Formats: sequence, structure tokens, C-alpha cells
Amino acid sequence: MISFELSDDQKMIQDTARDFAANELRAKSRDCDEKDEIPESVFQGAWELGLVNAPIPEAYGGAGMARSALTGAIMCEELAYGDLSMAMGTLAPALLAYPVMEFGTEEQKKAYLTKFAEASFLKATAAVVEPIMDFDPAALTCTAQKKGSGYTLSGKKCLVPLGASAELYLIYAALEKPGYENVAGFIVEKGAKGLTVVGRERNMGLKALETAELSLENVEVPASARLGGDAGCNFARIMDYSRVALASMAVGVAKASYDYARQYAKERVAFGEPIAQRQAIAFMLAEMAIEIDATRCLVWEAAWKLDKGQDATKESYLAKMYADQMVMKACDWGVQILGGHGYIREHPVELWFRNARGFAVFEGMATV
Amino acid sequence: MIDFELPKGIQITKQMINGVAKGVMRKFARLADDREHEKMADYVNLMWNASKNMEGISFGGGGKKKDKKDGAPKEKKVGTANIQMAVIIEELSYGDAGLYLATPNPGLGGAAVSAVGTDVQKERFLKRFSEGTPKWGAMAITEPGAGSDSAAITTTAVLDEKTKEWIINGEKIFVTSGKSAVEDSEGFVVVWATRDRKAGRAGIKSFVVDHHTPGMKVTKVEHKLGIRASDTASIVFEDCRIPYDHVLGDPEVRTGGFKGAMATFDATRPLVAASALGIGRASLEFVKEEFQKAGIPIRYGIAPNKLTARERDVMMMEAQLQAARLLTWKAAWMADAGLPNNLEASMCKAKAGLAVTLVTQKAVELMGPLGYSKRELLEKWVRDAKINDIFEGTGQINMLIVARRILEYGSKELK
Repeated sequence: MISFELSDDQKMIQDTARDFAANELRAKSRDCDEKDEIPESVFQGAWELGLVNAPIPEAYGGAGMARSALTGAIMCEELAYGDLSMAMGTLAPALLAYPVMEFGTEEQKKAYLTKFAEASFLKATAAVVEPIMDFDPAALTCTAQKKGSGYTLSGKKCLVPLGASAELYLIYAALEKPGYENVAGFIVEKGAKGLTVVGRERNMGLKALETAELSLENVEVPASARLGGDAGCNFARIMDYSRVALASMAVGVAKASYDYARQYAKERVAFGEPIAQRQAIAFMLAEMAIEIDATRCLVWEAAWKLDKGQDATKESYLAKMYADQMVMKACDWGVQILGGHGYIREHPVELWFRNARGFAVFEGMATV
Repeated sequence: MIDFELPKGIQITKQMINGVAKGVMRKFARLADDREHEKMADYVNLMWNASKNMEGISFGGGGKKKDKKDGAPKEKKVGTANIQMAVIIEELSYGDAGLYLATPNPGLGGAAVSAVGTDVQKERFLKRFSEGTPKWGAMAITEPGAGSDSAAITTTAVLDEKTKEWIINGEKIFVTSGKSAVEDSEGFVVVWATRDRKAGRAGIKSFVVDHHTPGMKVTKVEHKLGIRASDTASIVFEDCRIPYDHVLGDPEVRTGGFKGAMATFDATRPLVAASALGIGRASLEFVKEEFQKAGIPIRYGIAPNKLTARERDVMMMEAQLQAARLLTWKAAWMADAGLPNNLEASMCKAKAGLAVTLVTQKAVELMGPLGYSKRELLEKWVRDAKINDIFEGTGQINMLIVARRILEYGSKELK
């Protein structure tokens, strides 16, 4: 039965995320971008609202709310509408928690999920992207070689959210052969021998978010550190979840730009009337509105398929690809509609423009 | 609860229509395009018998199903009529958009009668579609001097106080199935005319003119870029007299009346969008099948910077179509749920018109000489597709409506 109506739970979570995004994220967005940091209070605030930890099962001390990609997508959009850096930062622990929830061994769940049920924000993250031009999640250059009963990890990672200060990392590496099916995740704790934080990255956008480059030189991990043990994990599916999360964040960023430009165009007077009364501007806004809604529909469909347990690689891939292009256009037009004012840092559209450019590069940096 | 699964019943209907689309419509598609305006009797009869026998499936909004258990139509919270129609029309257009438009059915005229007609009017005008020989319904809005600006229409309806008849005078153009409705069958046309030109929009009313009414004449059948199986007629009315009770809705000149007439578009625009989707899907499917035969893979999930240009094209075609489809379903679902969908109807129409234009043209490009040749249907689909960005409001008009809605502007602020 076709329906586009949110459930009551989803509406509630949407409202919560929306308020938090407006009062905390958006309010601090510019300042955090200039200072290259996210205040601890924001991490803690998100934690207390349960944005990450609500789906942790009761058996491990969590609230036991069923995990839903769709609900997650709705929440991601709202948070990214507030600020992308802070959305990715506050949700980063899910990058470790959710794969453990889905694929982890009982031992791993006991050891780690319980940490997510505790009172303070746990800096956990995952490392997917690698600092090379032709990065390919299906052909990772970071490798895991079997050594004795454990593994040896070698290679480089970049764009790791909270990468410099995280306590726990989920590091993805290729086993012997290429292909999604040969990717394994390894849970590595901060300070492991051979794991070095090369440094915090300086990027065009996402300035407030601490992303780091990591170097792994013969990091030795026991077999029990492998996500899912010998059975491993389904990395293709982990990427599907990630694409849904990132695409929904792209929708949120695009909507931020659109809403701001629309309001500006209604107020900015030129030649005796608001510029929104000219079709040249009005039609740009109309197209942005249509494309934002269109992309949201694609994302929701992909998320819905994930929730039904169906294969959603095609849907999530297309939704992300579509969103990558859409968000760039929407944020470009946001700057364009404000003209010279859009280019200066008094208005937020240039910030969204810089953040939007990253989506085509981001992979595996968020999940639902 | 957000859900993207079609109800079982609609899935079955879709499958059935798909059989007709592939088994019947595709067979006649090229012939019907070559022999412009010629009726494909086999197809017409098949569809007529099918729609007559299957209550609940009609192709233009007529013959609404009624639940007569309590003697009154049952009020359901969310219906499925609009979604069902969108699915059926996509499927038929996947078969052939020209033949779909030439299907004997109440058409947009029927939709207008269903939407605003009294029970007596519905009985009188729509019953004919469930009996006898094939019939068509049509809607006449556009005039030589009034297209998208339908408030500027000049066709007049004057009440003869003595005989209580309306006297219609004027010329209508671009009437889909116009000739089929009033000359070739015992159908009807719904004509938009003004009772009082000084009153502007408020004076515009719609009137049902029956087939073969004296004073009504089909003066021209257009030759077109595409959808050639469908007749697009010019109809002239010269002192054409019709009974008083053929007026639809409130006959009085009142402000706000025009809005009611325009509201018809909220129901029909998603259906035009659905037709666009069907043509687009046909093109996309053709391309994907040819690629498969040639061993060219479409690799979803690989690093985006490793995609070939062809893969990227196919994926964008696919995403564009699906995005347009979901917007269309959303607009249709809103109509089914009784929610105002003026904005969403225009959004999906604008998006689908653009998407299908892009997708069908890209398919010709990707298929090279195969795409341009009349041996295949790809070139025809480009021609057929284009109408979807034009009728029921051009893409630009729909963008204008979207823009006004999102900016909360009227026609004065945003011209």
C-alpha cells in the first residue's frame, strides 16, 4: 500500500532532531566552522537525546528501539539541515555500533554495545576511505593478512570522522582478493601498536568536523577483533546503509540552502520588487524544491528496502549518486541567488556550498 | 507508515495490462504511427470489451466504483483510485502512448463529469461507456488565442431564457480524441466557455456537448510530431444549442468558480506524468536489454569514478525516471488520501516531462543508428514523449505553479 506518511514514532524523532538541529547545530554552525571544532556539549546533547544509541538492544543496556534505515534517514536529513559537520560528528559512533549490532559476535556485542549504553558520548568511528585518487570501496588498498590465529593490518585511511580522538575504530581492510565480499572490519582500540594518527585533515568543507588520516603499519589484531568473527560481515550492505545516510544528509544540506535562498529572494529588492518575483530566480527555486523532494523519495525508497531486508544496492547507489549531484546544484544556486552576498561569510550559503562539494567524495562516513 | 509497495490488486492489474502492452500495443505501435489517425480496430475492440467487463478499471476517471452495501458510497480514509490509474496509464504508455490516448474511454471529459457532475449527469453521460459500441470522451479547453492562459478563452455560452438552452459559439483546438468523441462515436466533449467575458475567470464554466449535436463541427485533425495514433481535433461551435442541465457544476458567475475548474488538473497532471514514465521505461528497458546482449554490464555499487560513460548515462536515466515516478505516486497518493496536492501535481508533471524528454533522447543517442532508425521504436518514443512536457500545462507553466506555491505568490506577484 503506497504511502508517504511518517509513523507517529518517526514524526516524534523528526521533531526532536529538528529542534536539536535548529537550537544547537544551526545556532553554532558558523562559529564551529570558523573555529574548526564541535563543542563537547553538542556531542553530549546528541547522546542524551539517544540519536545514536536508541537502537542498542535492551540486553546490552540500550533502549531497544528497532533500528530503521528509514527513521535514520529522516533523522539524518534534519540534523544535516542544521549542520553537516555536527550531524556527521554526533552520529559517527553509529559507524561502529550498528555494524556490531548487525554482524558482531556475541562476545563483540557484549564488549562494545554496552559502552554505547553508557551516559557519556563515546568517540567511536569507522575508517573506510583511503587517501588515493581512485579510491574504490570494493578494492581497498588497506589489507588484512592472516597471521597465526590473528590478522595484520597495513595501509592508509583518511576522512575518518573523529579520527584523531576516537577511542574505538572499526577499520575496513581487504582480505586476499578484491571485491566487497572480501572486505573485513576490524575493531581496533586507540593506541594499538602500529596505528598512527597522521594528523587532522584540513578540508574545503566539513571544517568543524575532526577528520583524520590514519596510518596502519603491521597492526596486529586477534581473530576476535574481526567484525562477525570468521563469518565476517556483509560490507556491501554496510555501504548501502552508508549511502542512504549520506544521501539523506545531502537532502538536508540542499534544503538548508533552498530555504535560505527562498527567504532571501523574497526580501531582497531590486528594480523595485523582490527578486523572487522574477522568473529567472523563481524558477531556480522551483527546480530546487522539486529536486529536493525527488531525491528524498529516492532515499526513502532505498531505506524502506533495507528495512524490509531486501537487497538495496541499486536503490541506495542511485539515490546517493542522484543526491550528490542534486546537493551540489542546490548549494551552488543558493550562493548564486544571493549573488555577491552569497560569496561572503556573513551568510551561511557559502558554508553549505563547501560542505556539499564533499558528498561525491564521501563514502562510508555515516550510517543509519 | 511510509510504504512503496503497490497493493496486491493493483499489482495484478499492472501485470495484466503489461500483457496487453507487450502482446497487443507494441504490435500495432509502428503501424499506428505510420497511418496517422487510423483506428486500430483490434486494439479498440479489445480495450473496449476489457474496460466494459472489468468494473474498477476505466481509463479516464469515469465509471467510479461505488460501494453500495449501505446504499451510499463508502467513505474510506485512503483510497487507491489515483495510484491505480497512474499505474495503469504507465503500463499502457509503456505499450504505446499514442494507442493509450486513442483507447475508447471517458477521457478527460469523463474525469470532469466524475469530478463535478451531479448523479443524474454521471448516469446520463458516463453510463454509455459500459454498453454498446466503443466510445470516447474529450475535453476542449485550448483555443487559437488561449493555451496555458485558459482564463483568456473567448468561446461563449449564452442562455436562451425562452428555451432554457445554452448557445455555444467559438473555436476549440488541440482536443484530444475530439473527432473520436463527437463524430466517430456516441461520446461527448466537455467544453470550457465563458458566460460573461467581463467577469474573467469567474465567468468560465464547463458544458457537456453530446456527439453529433447540430452546430458543432470538427474542422481539422492535426498532423503531429508524435502520438499520431491519437486524434487531435479542432472543433467549431456555431450557435450550438445544448440543454440547460448540461452545465457542469454551479452555473452562476461567482468568484472562485474558476479554481474549481483548475482543480481538475490536480487529478490529471499526475496521470500525464504517469504516461511519461511508461514511455521512458520502454526506452530505458530497450537500452538495458541491448547492453545485456552485447555483454556490457551496469555495475551498481562500484566506485563512481570507475563507471563508464555508458553506465553513468543508464544509471542517471534510471534515477531520473524513478525520481519522477515517486513524485507522481506521491501526488496520486495525496489525491487518494484527500490531501490538497496542487503543488505536488505540478511538481511531478514538470519533473516527469523533463525526465522522459531526457531519457528517450539519451536512449537514441546511446543506441546510435539503431536509435535513429524507424526499424526500432526508440525514435518514435522520443517523438511521443515530447507531448508530456506540453499538454495539461507545459513544463514551464508547471514550474510557474510550483514557484508561486513555494513563494506564496499569486499571479500578480509572479507573472
